Amino acid sequence: MKTPLALAISAAAFAFSSAALAGDPQSGGTVNTIVQPEPPGLVLGMVQNAPTRTVAGNIYEGLLRYTTDLEPMPQLAKSWEVSDDGRTYTFHLREDVTWHDGEPFTADDVVFSADVFHRELNPSARAVLQHVENIEATDDYTVVFTLNKPFGPFLISFEAGTFTMVPEHLYAGTDFRNNEHNDHPIGTGPFKFANWERGTVIELVKNDDYYEDGLPYLDGVNWHIIPDGGSRAVAFENGTIDVLPSGTVENFDIPRLSAMDNVCMTEEGHEYFSPFAMLWMNNREGPTADKRFRQAVMYAMDREFAKDVLWNGLGNVPLSAFGSNARFQNDDLEPYDYNPDRARELLAEMDYDGEEITILPLPYGETWTRWAEAVQQNLREVGINVETQASDVGGWNQRLGDWDYDLAFTYLFQYGDPALGISRTYLSDNIAKGSPWNNVEGYENERVDELFNAAATAFPDEKREALYHEVQEILHEDVPVGWLMELGFPTLYRCNVQDLVTSGVGVNDGFKDAWLER
Amino acid sequence: MSFFARFAQNRGALIGLIILLLIIVMAILAPLLFPESPWRMVQRPFLPPLSQEGFLLGTDTMGRNVAAGLMHGAWVSLLIGLVSTSVALLIGVPLGAIAGYYGGLVDDFLMRFTEFFQTIPNFALAIVLVAIMQPSITSIVLAIALVSWPPVARLVRAEFMSLRHREYVEAARLVGQTNSTIILRQILPNTLSPIIVLASLMVATAILLESALSFLGLGDPNVMSWGYMIGAARTVIRQAWWLSFFPGVAILLTVLALNLVGEGLDDALNPKLSRER
Repeated sequence: MKTPLALAISAAAFAFSSAALAGDPQSGGTVNTIVQPEPPGLVLGMVQNAPTRTVAGNIYEGLLRYTTDLEPMPQLAKSWEVSDDGRTYTFHLREDVTWHDGEPFTADDVVFSADVFHRELNPSARAVLQHVENIEATDDYTVVFTLNKPFGPFLISFEAGTFTMVPEHLYAGTDFRNNEHNDHPIGTGPFKFANWERGTVIELVKNDDYYEDGLPYLDGVNWHIIPDGGSRAVAFENGTIDVLPSGTVENFDIPRLSAMDNVCMTEEGHEYFSPFAMLWMNNREGPTADKRFRQAVMYAMDREFAKDVLWNGLGNVPLSAFGSNARFQNDDLEPYDYNPDRARELLAEMDYDGEEITILPLPYGETWTRWAEAVQQNLREVGINVETQASDVGGWNQRLGDWDYDLAFTYLFQYGDPALGISRTYLSDNIAKGSPWNNVEGYENERVDELFNAAATAFPDEKREALYHEVQEILHEDVPVGWLMELGFPTLYRCNVQDLVTSGVGVNDGFKDAWLER
Repeated sequence: MSFFARFAQNRGALIGLIILLLIIVMAILAPLLFPESPWRMVQRPFLPPLSQEGFLLGTDTMGRNVAAGLMHGAWVSLLIGLVSTSVALLIGVPLGAIAGYYGGLVDDFLMRFTEFFQTIPNFALAIVLVAIMQPSITSIVLAIALVSWPPVARLVRAEFMSLRHREYVEAARLVGQTNSTIILRQILPNTLSPIIVLASLMVATAILLESALSFLGLGDPNVMSWGYMIGAARTVIRQAWWLSFFPGVAILLTVLALNLVGEGLDDALNPKLSRER
């Protein structure tokens, strides 16, 4: 029972907090958060791992930033223009930006980063740069990109993790991988690198000379490294940690942690990546080479169950090859709803003889193991003879790289545009042994190749849309891979951390705007 | 006094035997009582025990019946315990017999070889072996057997060394029996009682080893074992205690029962000891 005094206090507290909400952000304070696992390095572009992006996205910046709807926002570029033929992009840079060592940031840095640094080191930037004919600094603060053909997703490729601006004055002419500054990254971002105690913590401190007035509000961000998932959850529970970026605790802990007092959860902040869980199906041999078998697998899986039970109801069961966050989704397709009878019919139709197939779970923790168990059981119930193969990360990489599997779990980022994140799974010229990230299933369809290639360089968007809609119809019928789920990767944080997720990459560049309510 | 009467004199051993028989019955009845796969997701996840009819022990993270898993797991655990112990005996007994009987260089060589296995911690070696061979029932049984035969070899060797100069062995040698006949027909039968006692304890250790491997995710992913159940429940132990509790109790009881039975066998097979009681 609340006493009148307590009521008065809580009313006052409420009034205070709503005043604070409505009022201006407060400066000061340090936020403790988690990076998992420990990143191999912090120089974006040289290292592409997710943990590197999470930390270094607050040190480095790109020309643009993206909203949670993936609309471009100004960052290092204050404005930009696209020519009518879609081939020339002109970026006007801010003139008040300095690197953390005090040198000014100019158009030369942009040209160096894009034309030299990323072309040499960064495969995902290279995929975009192959469409770029020429990069030129027309004056100190203007950069012009000329493309050989229009490239639809060009404007969405400037996110810091993919297209970082690196300082020319420190890297030009050096051996990039052995540059002494790799241990002490110098960016333009709101936080400066301070200290990295291996295995324990990475400390970032406020950049006092940051070009946006008043930003950042925080004095620093400490990224703790705690290898055990249970310990990370406990660290959050006992208040050592204020922010749990997505994917840093086991899913089973999320309901408990999010129910705690003063804990908020958001599903926003992963739109740029939109992790899409898929089931590779070997299109080359065995029963999985038959389209009807692959369709049967889609009908046999109870994906809603997996979403509710394993992912706490977060995320989304996709209709087809294009996720709901992807542009140009064709939503006229007939969904593959859970329908074991239809699966059995398809299997009977193709005279499936009970040949044993294997399923390879993703070795990324308990949730994925449980998921493989559920799918295995789903498949067994429609009469598919399936055995699980256990493996570690190395074994998983090798099996997929060698195409030595029947069914295998994975998840891929969609990167906001089909030409960046989706077509790579289905294009036949992306079949190459040795990598688990290309067209691993071995799907070959000339029409699909044509449509994807045409859509990537079509201009304007209406033309792209028509092409992408057709390609989705074909993929939906052929089922080259199983479309499991668009993963919901919630970020958990103390409610007094305000404005944490303000962009489509979440905490990867979110501490810029974040502030502590006190 | 009959063998069983001597065994039953040890009350603990009798209790152990009863528990063990119950577990064996569980293993045998599992396919009859729960004909469906224990992997089947049959109800809402996280049903507590006794909360719903037909789900005496509740359901797990995925809505699978814990009771079904427990019964099917009994079969797996016993199977792995018995088979891996048999394999370990098949390796350890001949090696120990040869080393103890011939002595000299042969003994030196075989014992150095045994020590090579003994110096590596059992569990670490088992993990490495299973990881290399890919987790499956066969690889787990082999790994457990490979790490648990050295004590057998050492025990058998010691027995052989103390028996090989007895008069009856000398007599057998005098009438011209071959070495292999002497080993198999004269000495080995006289070393059986300590081997049986050791074997019963090894079954218990093997069950524990399998559980530990499964707990670490190195179990056969197609087999519902107790260790797997605990390992899978570890992440939710604060939400659902019963998921790790029941298989934990099952492992405890089985291992305890085997130890009690082993002790009883020791009493029964060792006339000197039982008379002192």
